[in-house]
Formats: sequence, C-alpha cells, structure tokens
Amino acid sequence: MPLTCQSQKRILTARLSGEIDHHAARQLMQDLDLAIESRTPKALVLDLGGVTFMDSSGIAVLLRSWRRMQETGGTMEVVSVPPQPGKVLRAANLHKIIPISFLEPVG
Amino acid sequence: MKPINQVKMEFDSKSANEAFARSAAACFAAQMDPTLEELGDIKTAVSEAVTNVIVHAYPHSIGRVQVKLRLFPDNTLEVSVKDWGTGIADLEKAREPLYTTGGAERSGMGFTIMESFMDSMKVRTAVGKGTTVTMRKKVSLRAGGR
Ligand SMILES: Nc1ncnc2c1ncn2[C@@H]1O[C@H](COP(=O)(O)OP(=O)(O)OP(=O)(O)O)[C@@H](O)[C@H]1O
Ligand SMILES: [Mg+2]
Repeated sequence: MPLTCQSQKRILTARLSGEIDHHAARQLMQDLDLAIESRTPKALVLDLGGVTFMDSSGIAVLLRSWRRMQETGGTMEVVSVPPQPGKVLRAANLHKIIPISFLEPVG
Repeated sequence: MKPINQVKMEFDSKSANEAFARSAAACFAAQMDPTLEELGDIKTAVSEAVTNVIVHAYPHSIGRVQVKLRLFPDNTLEVSVKDWGTGIADLEKAREPLYTTGGAERSGMGFTIMESFMDSMKVRTAVGKGTTVTMRKKVSLRAGGR
C-alpha cells in the first residue's frame, strides 16, 4: 500500500495506491499520521486514483485522517475515487461527512 | 438445487490471507462471467467476512477460517465463511450499521456492506462456538455469454 506525499503552500496531497484492506490499513494510518504531524497542512487532499481495492477498513483510515485535520482546524477532501472504493464509501454515507469526488457520476 | 461447481478452502486467520481469500473467490466467480461491478461486490463481501473472523472471532490468537464457494445452475454464487471463534453475543445489534466492538480502527460497516453488495446474507452464531456467514448473489446472464 504505497503512499506518496507532496505539499505546496501547506496543501498536502497524499496519493494512495494498491489495495486498502485490514492488512494494509495499520501501516497506512501510521504513514498518514506521520505526514500530517510533520507537515501540519491546512488542507489535506487524499487522492484515491490508484486504489485498486478497498473495504470497510479504508473507511476507518479516512475517518482517522479527517479527525486529525479537524483537531488542527484544517480541512480534508478525497478525490479521484474509482468505482469499487466509491461504492464502499457511498454505502457508509461517508460523502455526507467528508467532501468526496468520485471518478464516475453518482447513481 | 445441487451446485454445479464448488471449492472449499481453509487457512490461518492471518491478515495476509485477506487478499488471498477475496482473490480466490473472484477467480472462482469468473466462470460465471460477472460484470466488473459484480466481481467487485463479491470481492468486497468476502473481504468483509474474512476480516471479521481475523479481527473479531480470534482477537488474541490464530485460528482456522473456512471459506466455501458454490455455484448453482441459475448462476447464483453462494459464499460461506466459517470460524470456530468467539461467536457474537448480540447478533441483532452487530448487524446494525455503525455498531462495532472494534474501537476506532473499525467503522461498524462490514455487515451492512455484505448485505447491500450481495442478494442475501444469513448469520449463524453461538458464543464460544463460532460463526458462519452465508451470502448469495445471482450474477446476471449476459447476452452472448456462456
Ligand atoms: N466472525 C465474527 N466473530 C465474532 N464477532 C463478530 C464476527 N463478525 C462480526 N462480529 C461482531 O459484529 C460487529 C459488527 O461487525 P461489522 O463487520 O459490521 O463491523 P466491524 O467489523 O466492527 O467494522 P468494519 O467491518 O466496518 O471494519 C463487530 O464489531 C463484532 O463485534
Ligand atoms: Mg467488519
């Protein structure tokens, strides 16, 4: 589950790729925590464009980063969500909490 | 109805086997000529059920996980995931969205996802004995298929 980060003007873009399941989630949470702590962004953009599979374990990962950003008064959005992860996030109604843009039209 | 094909696999409740289980299920399901979305639904449901065994059924030990896949003549896939772990004390509550005993690392959405991504889901459980989750999904027969 590789994570690459890039920040510009305190906007941190984190690109996630591969499969996000329970096996991968713990390391991913740690990597995201570290990125947020060390760069203290005012906005976090999670790019899921390279994610080939995600289950409910990924929901907890996103919520954790979102809470971290809330605590420091920052914002977070999730972008480029492919269909399979998109269906999981929609089932959990996560787009009602976190701004999410999906790669395919809703419905 | 008798299955026209079936497999049974058993493996350790190690998190590295989550990817194995859902990929094996997807490979088995491929003979039904599912759409990409149907295949994704099956992979997701299997991943949820197997992860529950690894996280909840055997919280402090490594146990056995059994996955059975059966294909029926009407293009229905049946997946059953069985463990001999803790069992579930309050099943009604456990099936509710957002209910979790797993703390902040879990979201309590697994059963809800299994139920909505598959056509049906049945859970049999006994505290101290284990749990079996059985799910079914009918895969659309496509024009020009099989
Ligand atoms: N095989 C199992 N053995 C024992 N308890 C289980 C099993 N499967 C589920 N449970 C119980 O049911 C609850 C709800 O399961 P569900 O999959 O819906 O959510 P979760 O696993 O807690 O979170 P998520 O799946 O979103 O990561 C779990 O928290 C756990 O208490
Ligand atoms: Mg679960």
